[in-house]
Amino acid sequence: MGGSGSRLSKELLAEYQDLTFLTKQEILLSMYVVSAPHLVDNEQQARSGNEHTGTPIAERANGSPLSARAHRRFCELLPQEQQSVEASLRAQVSFERILSLPELKANPFKERICRVFSTSPTRDRLSFEDFLDLLSVFSDTATPDIKSHYAFRIFDFDDDGTLNREDLSQLVNCLTGESEDTRLSASEMKQLIDNILEESDIDRDGTINLSEFQHVISRSPDFASSFKIVL
Amino acid sequence: MSHQVKGLKEEARGRVKGQARSSSPPTGDRLGRRPASKRGPKAQGAPGRRGAQRSQKERAGDSPRPESPQRKQTERRRLGEELGKQEPSKAEGTRKGRRKRGERSSLKEQTAPSKKEKEIPRKEEKLKRQKKPRSSSLASSGSGGESLSEEELARILEQVEEKKKLIATMRSKPWPMAKKLTELREAQEFVEKYEGALGKGKGKRLYACKMLLAKKWVKFKRDFDNFKTQCIPWEMKIKDIESHFGSSVASYFIFLRWMYGVNLVLFGLIFGLVIIPEVLMGMPYGSIPRKTVPRAEEEKAMDFSVLWDFEGYIKYSALFYGYYNNQRTIGWLRYRLPMAYFMVGVSVFGYSLMIVIRSMASNTQGSTGEGESDSFTFSFKMFTSWDYLIGNSETADNKYASITTSFKESIVDEQESNKEENIHLTRFLRVLANFLIICCLCGSGYLIYFVVKRSQQFSKMQNVSWYERNEVEIVMSLLGMFCPPLFETIAALENYHPRTGLKWQLGRIFALFLGNLYTFLLALMDDVHLKLANEETIKNITHWTLFNYYNSSGWNESVPRPPLHPADVPRGSCWETAVGIEFMRLTVSDMLVTYITILLGDFLRACFVRFMNYCWCWDLEAGFPSYAEFDISGNVLGLIFNQGMIWMGSFYAPGLVGINVLRLLTSMYFQCWAVMSSNVPHERVFKASRSNNFYMGLLLLVLFLSLLPVAYTIMSLPPSFDCGPFSGKNRMYDVLQETIENDFPTFLGKIFAFLANPGLIIPAILLMFLAIYYLNSVSKSLSQANAQLRKKIQALHEVEKSHKSVKGKATARDSGDTLKSSSKNATQLQLTKEETSPPSASQSQAMDKKAQGPGTSNSARGTLLPVSGHLPISRPPGVRTDSGHPPSQTHLWRSASGKSAQRPPH
Repeated sequence: MGGSGSRLSKELLAEYQDLTFLTKQEILLSMYVVSAPHLVDNEQQARSGNEHTGTPIAERANGSPLSARAHRRFCELLPQEQQSVEASLRAQVSFERILSLPELKANPFKERICRVFSTSPTRDRLSFEDFLDLLSVFSDTATPDIKSHYAFRIFDFDDDGTLNREDLSQLVNCLTGESEDTRLSASEMKQLIDNILEESDIDRDGTINLSEFQHVISRSPDFASSFKIVL
Repeated sequence: MSHQVKGLKEEARGRVKGQARSSSPPTGDRLGRRPASKRGPKAQGAPGRRGAQRSQKERAGDSPRPESPQRKQTERRRLGEELGKQEPSKAEGTRKGRRKRGERSSLKEQTAPSKKEKEIPRKEEKLKRQKKPRSSSLASSGSGGESLSEEELARILEQVEEKKKLIATMRSKPWPMAKKLTELREAQEFVEKYEGALGKGKGKRLYACKMLLAKKWVKFKRDFDNFKTQCIPWEMKIKDIESHFGSSVASYFIFLRWMYGVNLVLFGLIFGLVIIPEVLMGMPYGSIPRKTVPRAEEEKAMDFSVLWDFEGYIKYSALFYGYYNNQRTIGWLRYRLPMAYFMVGVSVFGYSLMIVIRSMASNTQGSTGEGESDSFTFSFKMFTSWDYLIGNSETADNKYASITTSFKESIVDEQESNKEENIHLTRFLRVLANFLIICCLCGSGYLIYFVVKRSQQFSKMQNVSWYERNEVEIVMSLLGMFCPPLFETIAALENYHPRTGLKWQLGRIFALFLGNLYTFLLALMDDVHLKLANEETIKNITHWTLFNYYNSSGWNESVPRPPLHPADVPRGSCWETAVGIEFMRLTVSDMLVTYITILLGDFLRACFVRFMNYCWCWDLEAGFPSYAEFDISGNVLGLIFNQGMIWMGSFYAPGLVGINVLRLLTSMYFQCWAVMSSNVPHERVFKASRSNNFYMGLLLLVLFLSLLPVAYTIMSLPPSFDCGPFSGKNRMYDVLQETIENDFPTFLGKIFAFLANPGLIIPAILLMFLAIYYLNSVSKSLSQANAQLRKKIQALHEVEKSHKSVKGKATARDSGDTLKSSSKNATQLQLTKEETSPPSASQSQAMDKKAQGPGTSNSARGTLLPVSGHLPISRPPGVRTDSGHPPSQTHLWRSASGKSAQRPPH
């Protein structure tokens, strides 16, 4: 599957375009964002070389290790150059750095989003491909189905496959912000969650599952246009 | 349903078996194994027989195979082999794959059936099993090669098709990227290998060619899409605004950009087909009276103040209707300019209608059933109220506050929905408010009528002041500027809910603009009729002047007189150009007023608030003046009405679209800057999408309304006798008849005449009404069926509720265990191993039971995925025994959800 450096990145690009809802520019841009100097932490990058040989790309990307400095410059100057491609494919970015992206900074669900899309075992880092997945789901052209699927997983705070009352109250807290004056009182919260369950919990088991969630979401005119992040 | 579930179960077991096989020898598995053992003899025979030729065949794999009965056997064998090696080579990389292949050849004889079974990608596996019994019966009948190959070819074809479908839909699968990549490569390799094998003889080359073309086409399409997105301007600007102000403000700018695109197309149409041919091939300036500034105006024709009013040289330029000559053809191309002028005028409206309706349709496609959105108010607030585009913390704070308010509001609404306080006062106030607003509307309408009338007086007088010349535009712009805030103040009386209030406000502003526009038009029409009445006398004067000039005495008879200089020829008022100039002025003054409003109302206010805050007695930023909010509805309506004027005016002033393109371009930059520099995010953040189609609907209405006057003038007013492409004709549309008569064969003319017959048109209209009625009733019945289905589903859920609660709990516990075990697979390896074969079978059973409750099954699987998903990919069973369990989960999930959709009927 090898090939010259430029071809490799071209093939990969084509594959990424097949697999995501992103265009070439967006992929390159996101690669730049992930591999941008202020985002990559280098010691992790060095480690992830051995750690992540399981994936096919990482396996192919066993070029000579670049010094951190050179890599930094490369990413700054030539984001689509091969070295930076391989390096950034291996690189995993810790959450704090992703969360500091201006696009996610103000989002109350940023931690959840990162957790849902992370594939690393400890679920606290995002690889470049995870990041692509994220952007693809949040892109303009993604289907409502996949958007609502991931929205469900983002809202499912305890990862148990259903939205129960705790998830919902956490969700409400996320939506109403941290400050005290915008918080809902306990009784309001209860009332609100009761109402939501009344509306959406079709099978009356006290929780909202994925299909119920998608049923509701598919009725919403706003969802697809607001569940969107543009890099 | 039941057989499908059974199939899933069977498959799950088969897979578990397959994975466990390398550690433990295959044991009996009745359900999964039976078909496989049936085909045992045949499949075993094939590789055994051809084992020796193996390497040779492999080499010959990609080259065209000889046309012999053996070909298909080879093919078939190659298929088996390929299926065998595919997965390991994917997961392990080439080195291991090679090693494995070596192993495999030795293993082949004993384990061929089970090997095939487990290693073919799961989609095919299922299919194959269904097919196998049939093919094995064929094999046992002894025919061997041919018929069997046919069967397999069909099967391959099916698989290839399926793979292709998979490739196409891969992106919308909720898998992590690593998995998608693997699957994609797998599928692509499969397709690449086998699509060459399809097609027979000569057809094969054709097929390969077709495939190649298809691939190129896909690539081209992708590149083209990339190119297209690259061409979309202002992406970054809009993104900035989105993150600062949320999607609603950005929606205005997206609308503006869309409008810019539409106007660019119109501009291209008009410039390419009308203005440029006229400039290149038409008679030059000064050659005929209509293309020359009259003697009286010549002195001041180049003054800026005159040009600014679109008089002087600009009036006698290709920007206006009057400049065009009524010559049938111009230039060496024999370009039919009058015809082109007419057709472009029509197609401007045609294109606009088409594009507006198309974008409306694409907007509505997403939202299904708006009627039932009422039933999910809370859920919508909960699940869809966050705007993920917001990237600014200030906006986010606003959003938090507005979400909280909306939660509280809806809770209160729910609690005391029928609490009324002094309904009579509210009613009285509302009536009063509406009365006031109607008074305002009438007043503004009358004011405009009065002003237009007065301007006609002014136009007859000499040396009028600047104000008197521009009174109409100034009054209209001022009305547009001050009435909306006035309406808002009055609307405060009404005490509506903000959203309802916004709708009322929009409706009122719309009525105001529409009223103003139509009064303006009516007054203009009066003017036109006046001018038309005068035309006869002017015509006579012109003739008389020319006659006198040529017949006057005192000139040497032998030398023919030089023709009268075109500037001296008396001419009519050319009402078309006058109308065009009015629209042109209106557009420009509208633009200027908008910019000045932004500059004064937003920027200076922001500067004042920002810098005077240091030395003021109260907090300016938080208190009274504060910063301005971006007025979305007002801006959108302004844009829409501006566009309406463009549509109306472009027939009389072809250059108007060019001006409008400039206007949109500048206002894009200017408003972007103003919004970012001097506006603050809205207190209440509204969603954009809901109103998007509303705006489009308004645009459509305005388009229709602006079509009316133009159509009226084309159909029923005589064009000016001495200016414009249609001069000398009775009506403007006569140009069509003329072209049909002169340039088309006679039978075409007859056909057109026949088509224009009322006897044909009226039935056609009737037919359309009938079609509308029919489609309407169909959609009604469909929505009824929809409602019934929903009821049924609800009932079904009710019934299953009790069922599921027991089993569901058990499953949840079970899957909970697995989650833990797989996430810590290193430490709990022992446990996982133990669970591998027997418990997972039972688990799959539990899952299957759960699958009977269609609602819940999905979610359970959906959440299983991320847990096992972080394991790179399904490893081939022979290599790593420790991870046997998690892949089985992944597969189970995938096969269950993916298969149920893609399973072929059987």
